[in-house]
Amino acid sequence: MALVNIQNLTYKYPLTKTPALQNINLQIEQGEFISVIGANGAGKSTLCYALAGFVPHFFKGEISGEIEVDGVASSKSTLDEWVVNVGLAFQNPFNQISGAKYTVFEEIAFGLENAGVPREQMQSRVEEAMKLTGISNLADRSPYSLSGGQQQRVALTSILVMQPKLLVLDEPTSQMDPIGTREVFSVIHNLTQSGMTVVMVEHKVEWIAHFATRVIALKDGSILTEGKPGDVLTSDVLTKNGFGVSRYTSVAREAKKQGLWKKEKLPVTLFEAAEGFNRNA
Amino acid sequence: MNININNLHFTYPTGLEALKGVSLTINAGEQVAIVGQNGAGKTTLVRHFNGLLKPTSGSVTIGDWDTTKYSVAKLASRVGYVFQNPDEQLFSRDVLTEVEFGPKNLGYTKEKIDELVKQALVWTELTDKTETNPYDLSPTWRKMVALASIIAMDTPIVIFDEPTTGQDFANVSRIANVIAELKKQGKTVITITHDIDFCAENFERVIALSNGQVLLDGTTREVLGQEEILAQTYVDPPQLTRLGKLLNLKETVINQQEFLKAIK
Ligand SMILES: Nc1ncnc2c1ncn2[C@@H]1O[C@H](COP(=O)(O)OP(=O)(O)OP(=O)(O)O)[C@@H](O)[C@H]1O
Ligand SMILES: Nc1ncnc2c1ncn2[C@@H]1O[C@H](COP(=O)(O)OP(=O)(O)O)[C@@H](O)[C@H]1O
Ligand SMILES: [Mg+2]
Ligand SMILES: [Mg+2]
Repeated sequence: MALVNIQNLTYKYPLTKTPALQNINLQIEQGEFISVIGANGAGKSTLCYALAGFVPHFFKGEISGEIEVDGVASSKSTLDEWVVNVGLAFQNPFNQISGAKYTVFEEIAFGLENAGVPREQMQSRVEEAMKLTGISNLADRSPYSLSGGQQQRVALTSILVMQPKLLVLDEPTSQMDPIGTREVFSVIHNLTQSGMTVVMVEHKVEWIAHFATRVIALKDGSILTEGKPGDVLTSDVLTKNGFGVSRYTSVAREAKKQGLWKKEKLPVTLFEAAEGFNRNA
Repeated sequence: MNININNLHFTYPTGLEALKGVSLTINAGEQVAIVGQNGAGKTTLVRHFNGLLKPTSGSVTIGDWDTTKYSVAKLASRVGYVFQNPDEQLFSRDVLTEVEFGPKNLGYTKEKIDELVKQALVWTELTDKTETNPYDLSPTWRKMVALASIIAMDTPIVIFDEPTTGQDFANVSRIANVIAELKKQGKTVITITHDIDFCAENFERVIALSNGQVLLDGTTREVLGQEEILAQTYVDPPQLTRLGKLLNLKETVINQQEFLKAIK
Protein backbone atom coordinates (compact mmCIF):
# COMPACT_ATOMS: atom_id res chain seq x y z
CA MET A 1 0.00 0.00 0.00
CA ALA A 2 1.22 3.50 -0.83
CA LEU A 3 2.36 5.61 2.14
CA VAL A 4 0.53 8.66 0.80
CA ASN A 5 -2.76 8.45 -1.01
CA ILE A 6 -4.45 11.62 -2.26
CA GLN A 7 -7.85 11.14 -3.90
CA ASN A 8 -9.67 13.86 -5.85
CA LEU A 9 -8.35 16.63 -3.61
CA THR A 10 -9.77 20.07 -4.30
CA TYR A 11 -9.15 22.96 -1.94
CA LYS A 12 -10.10 26.62 -1.81
CA TYR A 13 -8.71 29.16 0.69
CA PRO A 14 -11.35 31.24 2.53
CA LEU A 15 -12.63 34.29 0.61
CA THR A 16 -10.97 33.24 -2.66
CA LYS A 17 -12.75 32.38 -5.90
CA THR A 18 -10.55 29.79 -7.61
CA PRO A 19 -9.32 26.62 -5.91
CA ALA A 20 -5.60 26.56 -5.08
CA LEU A 21 -5.63 22.79 -5.65
CA GLN A 22 -7.88 21.10 -8.17
CA ASN A 23 -8.67 17.42 -8.38
CA ILE A 24 -5.26 16.16 -7.28
CA ASN A 25 -4.73 12.40 -7.40
CA LEU A 26 -1.39 11.16 -6.15
CA GLN A 27 0.04 7.99 -4.63
CA ILE A 28 3.49 8.01 -3.09
CA GLU A 29 5.34 4.85 -2.08
CA GLN A 30 7.59 4.67 0.95
CA GLY A 31 11.17 5.69 0.10
CA GLU A 32 10.30 7.87 -2.89
CA PHE A 33 12.01 11.23 -3.40
CA ILE A 34 9.36 13.35 -5.09
CA SER A 35 10.16 16.75 -6.44
CA VAL A 36 7.36 19.24 -7.06
CA ILE A 37 7.95 22.00 -9.60
CA GLY A 38 5.76 24.84 -10.85
CA ALA A 39 5.47 28.58 -11.37
CA ASN A 40 4.76 31.09 -8.60
CA GLY A 41 1.18 30.53 -7.46
CA ALA A 42 0.88 27.06 -9.01
CA GLY A 43 -0.14 25.56 -5.66
CA LYS A 44 3.16 24.02 -4.53
CA SER A 45 3.04 25.40 -1.00
CA THR A 46 -0.66 24.60 -0.72
CA LEU A 47 0.07 20.97 -1.62
CA CYS A 48 2.75 20.97 1.11
CA TYR A 49 0.21 22.36 3.61
CA ALA A 50 -2.28 19.67 2.60
CA LEU A 51 0.27 16.90 3.09
CA ALA A 52 1.31 18.37 6.44
CA GLY A 53 -2.29 18.74 7.69
CA PHE A 54 -2.24 22.56 7.84
CA VAL A 55 -4.88 22.41 5.13
CA PRO A 56 -7.56 22.13 6.40
CA HIS A 57 -6.67 22.02 10.12
CA PHE A 58 -5.02 25.44 10.26
CA PHE A 59 -6.09 27.22 7.07
CA LYS A 60 -9.87 26.89 6.91
CA GLY A 61 -11.67 27.04 3.55
CA GLU A 62 -13.45 24.42 1.47
CA ILE A 63 -11.95 21.01 0.96
CA SER A 64 -13.17 17.93 -0.85
CA GLY A 65 -11.50 14.61 -1.54
CA GLU A 66 -9.20 12.76 0.81
CA ILE A 67 -5.56 12.67 1.96
CA GLU A 68 -4.28 9.56 3.69
CA VAL A 69 -0.87 8.95 5.17
CA ASP A 70 -0.09 5.45 6.38
CA GLY A 71 -3.76 4.50 6.02
CA VAL A 72 -5.10 7.31 8.21
CA ALA A 73 -7.24 10.07 6.70
CA SER A 74 -6.27 13.63 7.50
CA SER A 75 -9.93 14.57 7.98
CA LYS A 76 -10.20 11.96 10.77
CA SER A 77 -7.13 13.07 12.61
CA THR A 78 -6.07 16.14 14.62
CA LEU A 79 -3.06 18.28 13.69
CA ASP A 80 -1.24 17.06 16.82
CA GLU A 81 -1.66 13.45 15.74
CA TRP A 82 -0.74 14.26 12.16
CA VAL A 83 2.60 15.95 12.85
CA VAL A 84 3.96 12.80 14.48
CA ASN A 85 4.19 11.27 10.99
CA VAL A 86 4.65 14.30 8.77
CA GLY A 87 7.22 17.12 9.12
CA LEU A 88 7.07 20.34 7.09
CA ALA A 89 9.86 22.84 6.47
CA PHE A 90 8.14 26.10 5.51
CA GLN A 91 9.05 28.12 2.44
CA ASN A 92 10.02 31.02 4.67
CA PRO A 93 12.47 29.82 7.35
CA PHE A 94 11.91 33.01 9.34
CA ASN A 95 8.42 31.67 10.15
CA GLN A 96 9.79 28.53 11.66
CA ILE A 97 12.05 29.69 14.49
CA SER A 98 10.16 28.94 17.72
CA GLY A 99 10.98 32.18 19.52
CA ALA A 100 11.39 30.17 22.72
CA LYS A 101 15.08 29.30 22.57
CA TYR A 102 18.41 31.09 22.96
CA THR A 103 20.75 28.83 21.02
CA VAL A 104 20.63 26.98 17.73
CA PHE A 105 21.18 23.69 19.58
CA GLU A 106 18.17 24.24 21.85
CA GLU A 107 16.11 25.40 18.89
CA ILE A 108 16.76 22.15 17.05
CA ALA A 109 16.15 20.10 20.21
CA PHE A 110 12.82 21.86 20.85
CA GLY A 111 10.64 19.37 18.94
CA LEU A 112 12.31 16.34 20.51
CA GLU A 113 11.93 17.89 23.93
CA ASN A 114 8.20 18.37 23.35
CA ALA A 115 7.94 14.78 22.15
CA GLY A 116 9.49 13.65 25.46
CA VAL A 117 12.65 12.14 23.97
CA PRO A 118 15.16 11.32 26.77
CA ARG A 119 18.04 13.75 27.28
CA GLU A 120 20.97 11.52 26.14
CA GLN A 121 19.19 10.41 23.00
CA MET A 122 18.22 14.01 22.24
CA GLN A 123 21.81 15.19 22.46
CA SER A 124 23.09 12.66 19.94
CA ARG A 125 20.18 13.08 17.54
CA VAL A 126 20.61 16.86 17.45
CA GLU A 127 24.36 16.58 16.94
CA GLU A 128 23.88 14.04 14.16
CA ALA A 129 21.29 16.19 12.37
CA MET A 130 23.47 19.33 12.61
CA LYS A 131 26.34 17.40 11.08
CA LEU A 132 24.15 16.38 8.13
CA THR A 133 23.25 19.98 7.29
CA GLY A 134 26.70 21.39 8.03
CA ILE A 135 25.83 23.63 10.97
CA SER A 136 27.68 22.00 13.89
CA ASN A 137 29.69 25.23 14.21
CA LEU A 138 26.49 27.22 14.86
CA ALA A 139 25.34 25.17 17.89
CA ASP A 140 25.91 27.92 20.48
CA ARG A 141 24.82 30.85 18.31
CA SER A 142 21.53 32.71 18.80
CA PRO A 143 18.90 31.64 16.22
CA TYR A 144 18.27 35.34 15.56
CA SER A 145 21.73 36.50 14.59
CA LEU A 146 22.22 34.26 11.58
CA SER A 147 22.58 34.89 7.86
CA GLY A 148 19.62 33.93 5.64
CA GLY A 149 21.15 30.67 4.48
CA GLN A 150 22.19 29.72 8.01
CA GLN A 151 18.61 30.29 9.25
CA GLN A 152 17.33 28.10 6.46
CA ARG A 153 19.71 25.33 7.49
CA VAL A 154 18.52 25.59 11.11
CA ALA A 155 14.88 25.38 10.02
CA LEU A 156 15.59 22.31 7.89
CA THR A 157 17.59 20.64 10.64
CA SER A 158 14.82 21.12 13.20
CA ILE A 159 12.50 19.07 10.95
CA LEU A 160 15.08 16.42 9.96
CA VAL A 161 15.87 15.72 13.58
CA MET A 162 12.28 14.57 14.17
CA GLN A 163 12.74 11.74 11.63
CA PRO A 164 9.16 11.87 10.35
CA LYS A 165 7.87 9.11 8.05
CA LEU A 166 7.00 11.76 5.48
CA LEU A 167 9.26 14.78 5.11
CA VAL A 168 7.74 17.74 3.25
CA LEU A 169 10.21 20.46 2.23
CA ASP A 170 9.03 23.72 0.64
CA GLU A 171 12.01 25.18 -1.26
CA PRO A 172 14.50 24.16 1.45
CA THR A 173 17.61 25.29 -0.45
CA SER A 174 16.37 28.60 -1.86
CA GLN A 175 18.91 30.63 0.13
CA MET A 176 21.71 28.09 0.28
CA ASP A 177 25.09 28.38 -1.42
CA PRO A 178 25.58 26.18 -4.51
CA ILE A 179 27.69 23.38 -3.06
CA GLY A 180 25.61 23.40 0.13
CA THR A 181 22.52 22.93 -2.03
CA ARG A 182 23.99 19.89 -3.71
CA GLU A 183 24.98 18.46 -0.32
CA VAL A 184 21.47 18.92 1.06
CA PHE A 185 19.97 17.13 -1.95
CA SER A 186 22.44 14.34 -1.40
CA VAL A 187 21.61 14.08 2.32
CA ILE A 188 17.89 13.92 1.53
CA HIS A 189 18.58 11.28 -1.10
CA ASN A 190 20.44 9.18 1.47
CA LEU A 191 17.54 9.50 3.91
CA THR A 192 15.15 8.13 1.30
CA GLN A 193 17.55 5.21 0.74
CA SER A 194 17.05 4.31 4.38
CA GLY A 195 13.27 4.44 4.08
CA MET A 196 12.17 8.03 4.63
CA THR A 197 9.69 9.43 2.11
CA VAL A 198 10.29 12.95 0.85
CA VAL A 199 8.25 15.52 -1.05
CA MET A 200 10.39 18.53 -1.93
CA VAL A 201 9.34 21.69 -3.76
CA GLU A 202 12.31 22.97 -5.75
CA HIS A 203 13.36 25.08 -8.72
CA LYS A 204 16.91 23.71 -9.08
CA VAL A 205 16.42 21.44 -12.06
CA GLU A 206 19.98 20.12 -12.21
CA TRP A 207 19.81 18.59 -8.73
CA ILE A 208 16.22 17.44 -9.08
CA ALA A 209 17.33 15.52 -12.16
CA HIS A 210 20.23 14.04 -10.26
CA PHE A 211 18.52 12.97 -7.07
CA ALA A 212 14.70 12.77 -7.33
CA THR A 213 12.88 9.56 -8.24
CA ARG A 214 9.80 11.31 -9.61
CA VAL A 215 8.87 14.84 -10.66
CA ILE A 216 5.40 16.34 -10.37
CA ALA A 217 4.75 19.50 -12.37
CA LEU A 218 1.92 21.66 -11.06
CA LYS A 219 0.10 24.31 -13.00
CA ASP A 220 -2.85 26.37 -11.78
CA GLY A 221 -3.52 23.92 -8.95
CA SER A 222 -3.55 20.77 -11.10
CA ILE A 223 -0.96 18.17 -12.03
CA LEU A 224 0.21 19.09 -15.52
CA THR A 225 2.50 16.10 -15.95
CA GLU A 226 4.51 13.68 -13.82
CA GLY A 227 7.09 10.99 -14.26
CA LYS A 228 10.81 10.23 -14.24
CA PRO A 229 12.98 13.38 -13.96
CA GLY A 230 14.77 12.67 -17.25
CA ASP A 231 11.47 12.49 -19.11
CA VAL A 232 9.50 15.27 -17.44
CA LEU A 233 12.32 17.81 -17.31
CA THR A 234 13.08 17.52 -21.03
CA SER A 235 9.47 17.38 -22.21
CA ASP A 236 8.04 19.94 -24.60
CA VAL A 237 5.02 20.31 -22.31
CA LEU A 238 7.21 22.05 -19.73
CA THR A 239 8.80 24.45 -22.17
CA LYS A 240 5.41 25.30 -23.67
CA ASN A 241 4.09 26.07 -20.22
CA GLY A 242 6.93 28.40 -19.27
CA PHE A 243 8.83 26.12 -16.87
CA GLY A 244 12.57 26.60 -16.42
CA VAL A 245 14.85 23.82 -17.67
CA SER A 246 18.49 23.02 -17.01
CA ARG A 247 21.14 24.73 -19.16
CA TYR A 248 22.14 21.29 -20.41
CA THR A 249 18.68 20.76 -21.83
CA SER A 250 18.38 24.19 -23.40
CA VAL A 251 21.85 24.14 -24.94
CA ALA A 252 21.26 20.67 -26.42
CA ARG A 253 17.87 21.72 -27.76
CA GLU A 254 19.59 24.58 -29.58
CA ALA A 255 22.50 22.37 -30.66
CA LYS A 256 20.04 19.86 -32.10
CA LYS A 257 18.61 22.56 -34.37
CA GLN A 258 22.12 23.25 -35.62
CA GLY A 259 22.91 19.56 -36.05
CA LEU A 260 25.36 19.61 -33.14
CA TRP A 261 23.34 17.23 -30.91
CA LYS A 262 22.73 13.89 -32.55
CA LYS A 263 20.79 11.95 -29.92
CA GLU A 264 17.01 11.76 -29.89
CA LYS A 265 16.77 12.31 -26.14
CA LEU A 266 17.81 15.63 -24.59
CA PRO A 267 20.13 15.63 -21.57
CA VAL A 268 19.18 16.97 -18.17
CA THR A 269 22.33 16.26 -16.13
CA LEU A 270 25.98 17.20 -16.63
CA PHE A 271 26.88 13.57 -17.26
CA GLU A 272 24.21 13.03 -19.92
CA ALA A 273 25.22 16.25 -21.66
CA ALA A 274 28.92 15.38 -21.65
CA GLU A 275 28.22 11.89 -22.93
CA GLY A 276 25.99 13.15 -25.75
CA PHE A 277 28.31 15.91 -26.90
CA ASN A 278 31.36 13.62 -26.67
CA ARG A 279 29.76 11.07 -28.95
CA ASN A 280 29.39 13.84 -31.52
CA ALA A 281 33.08 14.53 -31.43
CA MET B 1 29.58 57.68 -8.55
CA ASN B 2 32.18 55.16 -7.30
CA ILE B 3 32.05 53.06 -4.17
CA ASN B 4 35.35 52.87 -2.29
CA ILE B 5 35.86 50.32 0.43
CA ASN B 6 39.10 50.59 2.29
CA ASN B 7 40.29 47.87 4.69
CA LEU B 8 36.77 47.38 6.05
CA HIS B 9 36.38 45.41 9.26
CA PHE B 10 33.05 44.79 10.91
CA THR B 11 32.27 43.05 14.19
CA TYR B 12 28.65 42.44 15.29
CA PRO B 13 27.69 43.31 18.89
CA THR B 14 27.78 39.54 19.60
CA GLY B 15 31.56 39.69 19.05
CA LEU B 16 31.46 37.90 15.69
CA GLU B 17 33.85 39.46 13.16
CA ALA B 18 31.93 39.20 9.85
CA LEU B 19 34.26 41.31 7.67
CA LYS B 20 38.01 40.98 8.04
CA GLY B 21 39.66 43.64 5.92
CA VAL B 22 37.80 44.13 2.65
CA SER B 23 39.17 46.60 0.09
CA LEU B 24 37.32 47.16 -3.19
CA THR B 25 36.45 49.82 -5.70
CA ILE B 26 33.19 49.56 -7.59
CA ASN B 27 33.01 52.01 -10.47
CA ALA B 28 29.98 53.97 -11.60
CA GLY B 29 27.92 51.99 -14.10
CA GLU B 30 29.38 48.55 -13.28
CA GLN B 31 27.23 45.40 -13.05
CA VAL B 32 28.71 43.39 -10.22
CA ALA B 33 27.65 40.07 -8.72
CA ILE B 34 28.72 39.01 -5.24
CA VAL B 35 28.84 35.28 -4.56
CA GLY B 36 30.03 33.06 -1.73
CA GLN B 37 29.21 30.62 1.02
CA ASN B 38 26.36 31.16 3.49
CA GLY B 39 27.70 33.40 6.23
CA ALA B 40 30.61 34.67 4.09
CA GLY B 41 29.63 38.29 4.85
CA LYS B 42 27.85 39.31 1.62
CA THR B 43 24.82 40.90 3.26
CA THR B 44 26.99 42.45 5.95
CA LEU B 45 29.16 44.05 3.24
CA VAL B 46 26.37 45.59 1.18
CA ARG B 47 24.57 46.89 4.26
CA HIS B 48 27.55 49.17 4.67
CA PHE B 49 26.85 50.81 1.30
CA ASN B 50 23.57 52.40 2.40
CA GLY B 51 24.76 53.01 5.95
CA LEU B 52 22.62 50.38 7.71
CA LEU B 53 25.90 49.22 9.20
CA LYS B 54 28.92 51.41 9.99
CA PRO B 55 32.51 50.11 9.82
CA THR B 56 34.16 48.92 13.02
CA SER B 57 37.34 50.09 11.31
CA GLY B 58 38.28 51.11 7.79
CA SER B 59 35.99 53.17 5.58
CA VAL B 60 33.26 53.11 2.95
CA THR B 61 32.65 56.09 0.70
CA ILE B 62 29.85 56.57 -1.80
CA GLY B 63 31.10 59.17 -4.25
CA ASP B 64 32.48 61.85 -1.93
CA TRP B 65 30.39 60.80 1.06
CA ASP B 66 31.95 58.84 3.91
CA THR B 67 29.07 56.67 5.18
CA THR B 68 29.90 57.43 8.82
CA LYS B 69 29.13 61.11 8.20
CA TYR B 70 25.73 60.63 6.56
CA SER B 71 22.44 59.20 7.84
CA VAL B 72 20.69 56.21 6.24
CA ALA B 73 17.96 58.61 5.09
CA LYS B 74 20.53 60.80 3.34
CA LEU B 75 22.40 57.86 1.79
CA ALA B 76 19.06 56.62 0.41
CA SER B 77 19.35 59.26 -2.30
CA ARG B 78 22.46 57.53 -3.60
CA VAL B 79 22.04 53.85 -2.75
CA GLY B 80 18.90 51.72 -2.98
CA TYR B 81 19.01 48.35 -1.17
CA VAL B 82 16.52 45.53 -1.68
CA PHE B 83 16.59 43.35 1.47
CA GLN B 84 17.26 39.61 1.37
CA ASN B 85 14.08 39.13 3.40
CA PRO B 86 11.33 41.41 2.03
CA ASP B 87 9.44 41.18 5.33
CA GLU B 88 12.14 43.33 6.93
CA GLN B 89 11.58 45.98 4.28
CA LEU B 90 7.84 46.27 3.57
CA PHE B 91 5.51 48.18 5.86
CA SER B 92 2.69 49.74 3.79
CA ARG B 93 -0.95 48.67 3.55
CA ASP B 94 -0.96 48.41 -0.23
CA VAL B 95 1.53 47.95 -3.03
CA LEU B 96 1.10 51.43 -4.54
CA THR B 97 1.75 53.21 -1.23
CA GLU B 98 4.81 51.04 -0.69
CA VAL B 99 6.30 51.81 -4.11
CA GLU B 100 5.51 55.55 -3.84
CA PHE B 101 7.06 55.91 -0.42
CA GLY B 102 10.71 56.07 -1.46
CA PRO B 103 10.48 58.58 -4.33
CA LYS B 104 8.08 60.77 -2.29
CA ASN B 105 10.58 60.82 0.53
CA LEU B 106 13.33 61.92 -1.81
CA GLY B 107 11.25 65.00 -2.64
CA TYR B 108 10.87 64.45 -6.38
CA THR B 109 8.15 66.33 -8.29
CA LYS B 110 4.72 64.75 -8.62
CA GLU B 111 5.26 64.05 -12.33
CA LYS B 112 8.61 62.40 -11.73
CA ILE B 113 7.17 60.28 -8.91
CA ASP B 114 4.27 59.11 -11.09
CA GLU B 115 6.59 58.24 -13.92
CA LEU B 116 9.09 56.35 -11.76
CA VAL B 117 6.36 54.43 -9.93
CA LYS B 118 4.66 53.49 -13.15
CA GLN B 119 7.89 52.25 -14.69
CA ALA B 120 8.83 50.22 -11.61
CA LEU B 121 5.39 48.59 -11.54
CA VAL B 122 5.55 47.74 -15.24
CA TRP B 123 9.04 46.25 -14.99
CA THR B 124 8.05 44.02 -12.07
CA GLU B 125 4.61 43.27 -13.53
CA LEU B 126 2.77 44.54 -10.49
CA THR B 127 0.40 46.93 -12.29
CA ASP B 128 -2.62 44.74 -11.51
CA LYS B 129 -1.68 44.39 -7.84
CA THR B 130 -1.40 48.05 -6.77
CA GLU B 131 -4.29 47.84 -4.29
CA THR B 132 -3.23 44.55 -2.75
CA ASN B 133 -1.76 44.41 0.75
CA PRO B 134 1.81 43.11 0.32
CA TYR B 135 1.13 40.59 3.10
CA ASP B 136 -1.64 38.98 1.03
CA LEU B 137 0.92 38.25 -1.68
CA SER B 138 3.13 35.17 -1.79
CA PRO B 139 6.75 35.63 -0.56
CA THR B 140 7.98 35.67 -4.16
CA TRP B 141 5.68 38.53 -5.13
CA ARG B 142 6.49 40.39 -1.91
CA LYS B 143 10.10 40.28 -3.08
CA MET B 144 9.01 41.82 -6.40
CA VAL B 145 7.26 44.62 -4.45
CA ALA B 146 10.45 45.20 -2.47
CA LEU B 147 12.34 45.41 -5.75
CA ALA B 148 9.85 47.84 -7.32
CA SER B 149 9.92 50.13 -4.30
CA ILE B 150 13.69 50.47 -4.55
CA ILE B 151 13.94 50.91 -8.33
CA ALA B 152 11.31 53.65 -8.10
CA MET B 153 13.77 55.74 -6.07
CA ASP B 154 15.96 56.21 -9.15
CA THR B 155 19.24 56.06 -7.22
CA PRO B 156 22.55 55.87 -9.11
CA ILE B 157 23.47 52.70 -7.18
CA VAL B 158 21.07 49.78 -6.75
CA ILE B 159 21.73 46.70 -4.62
CA PHE B 160 19.75 43.47 -4.84
CA ASP B 161 20.24 40.89 -2.08
CA GLU B 162 19.38 37.49 -3.58
CA PRO B 163 16.64 38.76 -5.92
CA THR B 164 15.93 35.44 -7.67
CA THR B 165 15.48 33.34 -4.54
CA GLY B 166 12.48 31.07 -5.00
CA GLN B 167 11.40 32.88 -8.17
CA ASP B 168 9.99 31.00 -11.12
CA PHE B 169 11.39 31.20 -14.64
CA ALA B 170 9.14 34.14 -15.62
CA ASN B 171 10.14 36.27 -12.63
CA VAL B 172 13.82 35.45 -13.03
CA SER B 173 13.54 36.77 -16.61
CA ARG B 174 11.77 39.90 -15.34
CA ILE B 175 14.57 40.51 -12.86
CA ALA B 176 17.22 39.99 -15.54
CA ASN B 177 15.33 42.51 -17.63
CA VAL B 178 15.26 45.06 -14.80
CA ILE B 179 19.03 44.70 -14.42
CA ALA B 180 19.52 45.24 -18.17
CA GLU B 181 17.31 48.37 -18.09
CA LEU B 182 19.21 49.81 -15.12
CA LYS B 183 22.46 49.16 -16.96
CA LYS B 184 21.15 51.09 -19.98
CA GLN B 185 20.45 53.99 -17.66
CA GLY B 186 24.09 53.91 -16.58
CA LYS B 187 23.38 52.75 -13.03
CA THR B 188 25.63 50.68 -10.84
CA VAL B 189 23.95 47.36 -10.04
CA ILE B 190 25.32 45.15 -7.27
CA THR B 191 23.62 41.79 -6.84
CA ILE B 192 24.20 39.08 -4.27
CA THR B 193 23.26 35.71 -5.68
CA HIS B 194 23.68 31.95 -5.27
CA ASP B 195 22.32 31.36 -8.78
CA ILE B 196 25.60 31.06 -10.64
CA ASP B 197 24.01 30.54 -14.08
CA PHE B 198 22.03 33.75 -13.58
CA CYS B 199 25.25 35.40 -12.46
CA ALA B 200 27.12 34.28 -15.60
CA GLU B 201 24.35 35.50 -17.89
CA ASN B 202 23.79 38.96 -16.39
CA PHE B 203 27.00 40.35 -14.87
CA GLU B 204 30.36 41.57 -16.09
CA ARG B 205 32.28 41.37 -12.86
CA VAL B 206 32.10 38.86 -10.04
CA ILE B 207 33.40 39.17 -6.50
CA ALA B 208 33.63 35.98 -4.46
CA LEU B 209 33.67 36.47 -0.70
CA SER B 210 34.86 33.84 1.71
CA ASN B 211 34.91 34.04 5.46
CA GLY B 212 34.80 37.85 5.60
CA GLN B 213 37.43 38.42 2.90
CA VAL B 214 37.63 38.82 -0.87
CA LEU B 215 38.62 35.46 -2.36
CA LEU B 216 38.35 36.37 -6.05
CA ASP B 217 37.54 39.54 -7.97
CA GLY B 218 37.60 39.89 -11.74
CA THR B 219 35.64 39.48 -14.94
CA THR B 220 32.86 36.91 -14.85
CA ARG B 221 34.90 34.53 -17.00
CA GLU B 222 38.08 34.83 -14.90
CA VAL B 223 36.27 34.26 -11.63
CA LEU B 224 33.71 31.62 -12.57
CA GLY B 225 36.31 29.52 -14.37
CA GLN B 226 38.31 28.86 -11.17
CA GLU B 227 36.63 25.72 -9.96
CA GLU B 228 39.06 24.79 -7.17
CA ILE B 229 39.26 28.24 -5.62
CA LEU B 230 35.50 28.78 -5.85
CA ALA B 231 34.93 25.49 -4.04
CA GLN B 232 36.64 27.02 -0.99
CA THR B 233 33.59 29.26 -0.67
CA TYR B 234 31.07 26.57 -1.69
CA VAL B 235 30.44 27.92 -5.18
CA ASP B 236 30.27 25.79 -8.34
CA PRO B 237 31.07 27.20 -11.80
CA PRO B 238 28.04 27.66 -14.12
CA GLN B 239 26.52 24.51 -15.67
CA LEU B 240 27.91 25.15 -19.14
CA THR B 241 31.36 26.03 -17.75
CA ARG B 242 31.46 22.65 -16.02
CA LEU B 243 30.28 20.95 -19.20
CA GLY B 244 32.95 22.76 -21.23
CA LYS B 245 35.62 21.55 -18.77
CA LEU B 246 34.43 17.95 -18.99
CA LEU B 247 34.59 18.16 -22.77
CA ASN B 248 38.10 19.62 -22.56
CA LEU B 249 37.20 22.79 -24.43
CA LYS B 250 40.23 25.06 -24.65
CA GLU B 251 38.55 28.25 -23.51
CA THR B 252 36.36 28.79 -20.44
CA VAL B 253 32.79 29.16 -21.72
CA ILE B 254 30.18 30.79 -19.54
CA ASN B 255 27.01 30.90 -21.62
CA GLN B 256 25.08 29.06 -24.32
CA GLN B 257 26.35 31.17 -27.20
CA GLU B 258 29.98 30.65 -26.24
CA PHE B 259 29.44 26.96 -25.71
CA LEU B 260 27.84 26.40 -29.13
CA LYS B 261 30.60 28.37 -30.81
CA ALA B 262 33.28 26.35 -29.04
CA ILE B 263 31.92 22.93 -30.04
CA LYS B 264 31.42 23.77 -33.71
N1 LIG C 1 22.57 40.47 13.34
C1 LIG C 1 23.64 39.69 13.48
N2 LIG C 1 24.26 39.55 14.66
C2 LIG C 1 25.37 38.78 14.80
N3 LIG C 1 25.94 38.07 13.79
C3 LIG C 1 25.34 38.17 12.58
C4 LIG C 1 24.19 38.98 12.35
N4 LIG C 1 23.84 38.86 11.05
C5 LIG C 1 24.74 38.02 10.49
N5 LIG C 1 25.65 37.61 11.41
C6 LIG C 1 26.80 36.70 11.18
O1 LIG C 1 27.74 37.37 10.34
C7 LIG C 1 28.30 36.48 9.36
C8 LIG C 1 28.02 37.04 7.97
O2 LIG C 1 26.61 37.07 7.75
P1 LIG C 1 25.94 37.63 6.43
O3 LIG C 1 24.48 37.76 6.70
O4 LIG C 1 26.66 38.83 5.98
O5 LIG C 1 26.24 36.41 5.44
P2 LIG C 1 25.84 36.20 3.91
O6 LIG C 1 27.11 36.05 3.16
O7 LIG C 1 24.90 37.25 3.47
O8 LIG C 1 25.15 34.75 3.97
P3 LIG C 1 23.82 34.17 3.23
O9 LIG C 1 24.28 33.67 1.90
O10 LIG C 1 23.44 33.00 4.10
O11 LIG C 1 22.79 35.25 3.19
C9 LIG C 1 27.66 35.12 9.65
O12 LIG C 1 28.52 34.36 10.45
C10 LIG C 1 26.39 35.46 10.40
O13 LIG C 1 26.00 34.41 11.25
N1 LIG D 1 -3.26 31.93 2.83
C1 LIG D 1 -3.82 32.10 1.60
N2 LIG D 1 -5.04 32.67 1.46
C2 LIG D 1 -5.60 32.80 0.24
N3 LIG D 1 -5.03 32.41 -0.91
C3 LIG D 1 -3.81 31.84 -0.85
C4 LIG D 1 -3.14 31.66 0.41
N4 LIG D 1 -1.94 31.07 0.17
C5 LIG D 1 -1.87 30.89 -1.17
N5 LIG D 1 -2.99 31.34 -1.79
C6 LIG D 1 -3.29 31.29 -3.22
O1 LIG D 1 -3.31 29.93 -3.63
C7 LIG D 1 -2.66 29.76 -4.89
C8 LIG D 1 -1.49 28.80 -4.76
O2 LIG D 1 -0.49 29.42 -3.95
P1 LIG D 1 0.79 28.67 -3.39
O3 LIG D 1 0.39 27.32 -2.93
O4 LIG D 1 1.44 29.56 -2.40
O5 LIG D 1 1.67 28.56 -4.71
P2 LIG D 1 3.22 28.28 -4.91
O6 LIG D 1 3.76 27.72 -3.63
O7 LIG D 1 3.24 27.29 -6.02
O8 LIG D 1 3.85 29.58 -5.30
C9 LIG D 1 -2.27 31.16 -5.36
O9 LIG D 1 -3.29 31.65 -6.20
C10 LIG D 1 -2.20 31.94 -4.06
O10 LIG D 1 -2.47 33.31 -4.27
MG1 LIG E 1 5.31 28.46 -2.40
MG1 LIG F 1 22.87 37.26 2.96
